Amino acid sequence: MDDSKAIFLKDATVNAADGDQRAFIRKALGGYYTNRDLQKARYRDWERARDAASLAKWSAVNDLANVLEKFVTNFERNGGVVHWARDAAEARAIILKIAEDVKAKAIVKSKCMTSEEIHLNDALEKAGYGVVESDLGEFIQQLRGEAPYHFVFPCMHVKREAISELFTKHLGTAPTDSPEELTMIARRHLRQLYIDADIGITGANFLVAETGQISITENEGNARLTAALPRIHIALSGIEKVVNHLDDLSVLLPMLATAGAGQPMTCYNTLYSGPRKKGECDGPEQFHIVLLDNARTRLLADPEQRDALHCIRCGACLNVCPIFKNIGGLAYGTTYQGPIGSVITPHLRGLKQWNHLSGASSLCGACTDACPVRIDLHHHLLHNRRNAAKESPTLFDRVFHNGFNFVISRPWLFAAGGRVFRATLPLLQKLPLPYMGAWMKTRDLPKAPSQSFRDQWKNKNV
Amino acid sequence: MRVSLFVPCFVDQLTPNVGLATAKVLKRLGHEVEFRSAQTCCGQPSFNSGQWDVAREGAIRALGVFRGAEVIVGPSGSCVAMMRNFYPELLKGTTHAAEAADLASRTFEFSEFLVKKLGITDVGAKFAKKVTYHDGCHALRELRLKEEPRQLLRAVKGLELIETEEGETCCGFGGLFSAKFPMISTAMVQVKGGALARTGADYVVSSDPSCLLQIGGWLSREGKPILPLHIAEVLANDA
Repeated sequence: MDDSKAIFLKDATVNAADGDQRAFIRKALGGYYTNRDLQKARYRDWERARDAASLAKWSAVNDLANVLEKFVTNFERNGGVVHWARDAAEARAIILKIAEDVKAKAIVKSKCMTSEEIHLNDALEKAGYGVVESDLGEFIQQLRGEAPYHFVFPCMHVKREAISELFTKHLGTAPTDSPEELTMIARRHLRQLYIDADIGITGANFLVAETGQISITENEGNARLTAALPRIHIALSGIEKVVNHLDDLSVLLPMLATAGAGQPMTCYNTLYSGPRKKGECDGPEQFHIVLLDNARTRLLADPEQRDALHCIRCGACLNVCPIFKNIGGLAYGTTYQGPIGSVITPHLRGLKQWNHLSGASSLCGACTDACPVRIDLHHHLLHNRRNAAKESPTLFDRVFHNGFNFVISRPWLFAAGGRVFRATLPLLQKLPLPYMGAWMKTRDLPKAPSQSFRDQWKNKNV
Repeated sequence: MRVSLFVPCFVDQLTPNVGLATAKVLKRLGHEVEFRSAQTCCGQPSFNSGQWDVAREGAIRALGVFRGAEVIVGPSGSCVAMMRNFYPELLKGTTHAAEAADLASRTFEFSEFLVKKLGITDVGAKFAKKVTYHDGCHALRELRLKEEPRQLLRAVKGLELIETEEGETCCGFGGLFSAKFPMISTAMVQVKGGALARTGADYVVSSDPSCLLQIGGWLSREGKPILPLHIAEVLANDA
């Protein structure tokens, strides 16, 4: 068994048995459902809005080369510097080189899952730079030395008391159970760090091709400070974040807020249009963007699953996913958790090592219904399973399914086998058989009837 | 109408009453009911396990079994979704594609058939019990059925329908998923089964016998005083 699968099974088993933690996560999401439904009801037609959002992303993703080129031309015209990174290593090298060139010491970051994807903090710290996460949730996770639990709500699993203890330990502050005070502690700590930082690293929610602008959405204002105060601004973004028109944001921004957090709009929506220009009194001296492929073009080449590149990282699919809610975000072992993570991780990091995430789903489809850009999430889990079975078939699966097919393709054998199955069911339930044994640990089976439906039908017992 | 029954393999072997009740309701409404005994399993376990070449063989066999049938009615949202939505996907680009689309258009889930195809909500059933309803995910999200089973239940004399918390939450069955990832599947049924038990209903009713296997199996193990019952079994009750 691959390591990633073994670790997943171990963590999922532990977490699925943790009733307190599961109840905490369900409670944390309770308010989200109420607010999301309230906000969705304010749309004249949420389903049509989904169509529009999906179309906006579709038209960019399906013409990605041209739209990206347009973005780059306009971004450069605004005075920005564009860097292309084929993979994580190239992206890290580009950012380290910029840091070296500008003789940086301290770096402040705002929330950026793409930087988690390329393990940027590790690389920067190893190279001797001080790096601080400025998003409150990410700051807490950084202090905890833990990856984000949910790519929108990074520390949603951490209880208030634990945050207070964490701050006492790392920042020497007095214990408190007031959320406002905890926020103020982080704010006081971070404020000077923005001022001291040479480089601010942000992500990007959308890259607007027609204007060459970057759109960043946030609730805390930390991304604004990260982008505006340090003398160098580096934005790191996947290439699929591009959209054609500024007007596309008129549907994408509210839907991102509503689907992701149950808000009408996120508190701060900012368009960044290049470095400080002549005559302007503030803003960064340099504005860089690192455009990352990291296997996104591989996904682009798959017409069946290409729509996974529409993802705007709102997290709606995680919030409704019964798997996510019961095993938690960390068990996935991926940058992107939940249904979207289970769909794209095999493309980004290898199907053989990550197909188990596609298997770990009841295919309930709640994710697909929640997705504001209509990614066919749960069907893509089926597609991954099919591709994995073709690419690296397991002997057990081949024997099991061909054996099963041998029986069901012969109605007489199915009927006879069924008779034996029913007669021996009390015994079978006690044996450590594959599948049956796992079922019987927590669930009963109905008492087997003496006659099957087909027997009774034949005997006219209806 | 001449209705050809599509009886899921595990209903055939483990809960035959569901099939019998389906036939009984349809006959009571004046329809001719047949059961083609060449049918076995729709192939969904293999399809969901990624074994599409194996599942495709099953789909092609089913085309043969139901060739010429006027309408096909199955008491399972999940198995009907397999025929309706996934056979066309499996057989896309093959010589069977047109026939798969044709089969899909003639295949109905039981409650869907009654309400949408026949336009009937009152089948003359009596059942003086408190019941809560579980939406199977395939019925809810693949077939888009939500109101149909509720309309049928509301018309049952004496029946009190109670909605549950976690109404649209999956029970955690998911076919072989329930045995491949039993810890996740069990956590899911704890959430769903717990909510259903808290309704105080006598029965949890569903149009999906596979969900009832999971929910009923857990309720039984936990000794909860609420029993699983298929909607056809409720509607068959006219005494």
